[in-house]
Amino acid sequence: MTTLASHTEGDTAAARETSRGVSWWPRLRPVLLAVAFPIVLLLIWHFATAGRPGSLIPPPYDVWLELRDLAFGGINDDAYSGTLYIHLLASVSRVYGGFAMALIVALPLGMLIGRVPLIRQLIDPTIQILRPVPVTAWLPLAMIIFGLGPRSAVFLVFLGAFYPILVNTIFGVRSVEPRLFEAAAMLGCRGPAQFFRVVLPAALPSIFTGMRLGLGFAWVVIVVGEMTGVQTGLGAIIMEARQLSRTEIVISGMIVIGVFGFLSDQLVMLIGRRLLAWSPSHG
Amino acid sequence: MAEATVPILEMKNVGKIYAQNGRAIEALRGANLSVRKGEFICLIGASGCGKSTLLRMAAGFEAATHGDNLMWGVPITGPGPSRGMVFQDYGLFPWLNVRDNIGFGPKSRRRSKTEIREISDRFIELVGLKEFADVYPHQLSGGMKQRVAIARVLANDAEIVLMDEPFGALDAMTRERLQDELVEIWSRTGLTVLFVTHSIEEAIFLADRVVVMSPGPGRIEREYRIDLPRPRDIASPEFNEWRRLLSSQLHSHHARKAG
Repeated sequence: MTTLASHTEGDTAAARETSRGVSWWPRLRPVLLAVAFPIVLLLIWHFATAGRPGSLIPPPYDVWLELRDLAFGGINDDAYSGTLYIHLLASVSRVYGGFAMALIVALPLGMLIGRVPLIRQLIDPTIQILRPVPVTAWLPLAMIIFGLGPRSAVFLVFLGAFYPILVNTIFGVRSVEPRLFEAAAMLGCRGPAQFFRVVLPAALPSIFTGMRLGLGFAWVVIVVGEMTGVQTGLGAIIMEARQLSRTEIVISGMIVIGVFGFLSDQLVMLIGRRLLAWSPSHG
Repeated sequence: MAEATVPILEMKNVGKIYAQNGRAIEALRGANLSVRKGEFICLIGASGCGKSTLLRMAAGFEAATHGDNLMWGVPITGPGPSRGMVFQDYGLFPWLNVRDNIGFGPKSRRRSKTEIREISDRFIELVGLKEFADVYPHQLSGGMKQRVAIARVLANDAEIVLMDEPFGALDAMTRERLQDELVEIWSRTGLTVLFVTHSIEEAIFLADRVVVMSPGPGRIEREYRIDLPRPRDIASPEFNEWRRLLSSQLHSHHARKAG
């Protein structure tokens, strides 16, 4: 404040006011905007469904009650009451299990395809042909190979996460600036050592993008994956509730998937910001 | 005693032919260059004169199609820490901060952690980047990046520093400061420098010897020993004399080419 004392009283007051105005509004604005749109959607949903017994879609309040019952029980006291954590845990473990397996296979494979011409020529064409096949098309085959049950679900999640990680890893290790190899070589880092000290760190932003996309796909695929006849999981209760015309459970399941998919993406972003602080496009 | 007689770097009748789209392009023909330890040599010439090719062959990034490239009389077979390169586009590792970029070479040579730390801190200080030790390259200005690139090769005990238009992308003020600093470091450390530039003024300001090259095919045209005392005054009549001489040498060649 002492430095401001030389200014006139009015100047100081104005400066203080604008600085306060500037401090909260830009932070609040995006939050308000982000919340405004779903509120409008909720209102439309509410007025379109509330008080109409013939409506096939339950009003938001019914869904809210169901969501609470699923989570904590004590409202409907049916087979679903208080079971959310079981289904959530099952789905989360399949999402991360399938994702982890995809990571374990796709990372080394992507690096090999990207850096070893022989392996690229051997494997890449096959992968390019398999890649456009949608995960849903694999469903019947997965059920034959892995049987009815969670293994099929995990396999489909694996497939969904596999390609984005693979493709971005290949891209990452192939698009290392040639200059960096020269720089490393003239500093005495040559041959295989370059892989860990140049290729891997340089490819990290790209690999990370692949991981983020892969995890997103894993959440997308989980519902299809849990159509393979498993008893638990968010996808399983959505399909089951559909057959029972319990649409409020279907919508509750959708909301939970949305929220947890979002949270898991935020978590990955957080890790990414830590790891990629050096990258102007990530840090 | 061998050092007094054997040049640190020697290129004997060196030529380079590239194949590009099935056609052979002669980038360099019959180049002879001998660099003594502690010399500051500038290569100057129009684009396509082979000056960068010559530098890259000295670095070991490219092999000559004819002739011999020798360091201390031994053929150069590939890049190595004894010949540090400073690129125009810096070539810093974006995922390493200033300290770790400078420590990259010592780490490659498996020095201990404390040694690496000690070395990088010493060279961070040398190029005046003490406050930026933990900063990543994308947060640095061009001039700072080039300081890091220079510190990086010095920290790796390079005996000869190869510089490929290192200040070409910098603004005039920064360029002049870095030129001053480079001469300062060079005179203090007894380094050998081979410096490619297309600026006549830069060449006269920096070099003990200026090697003028010409294109089509790239070759060494002439060598000049710049005997101006240091520090050099770019506004002095003697400096201007040199400037006139070299620019007429370069331009006569251009005129001949055009004609």
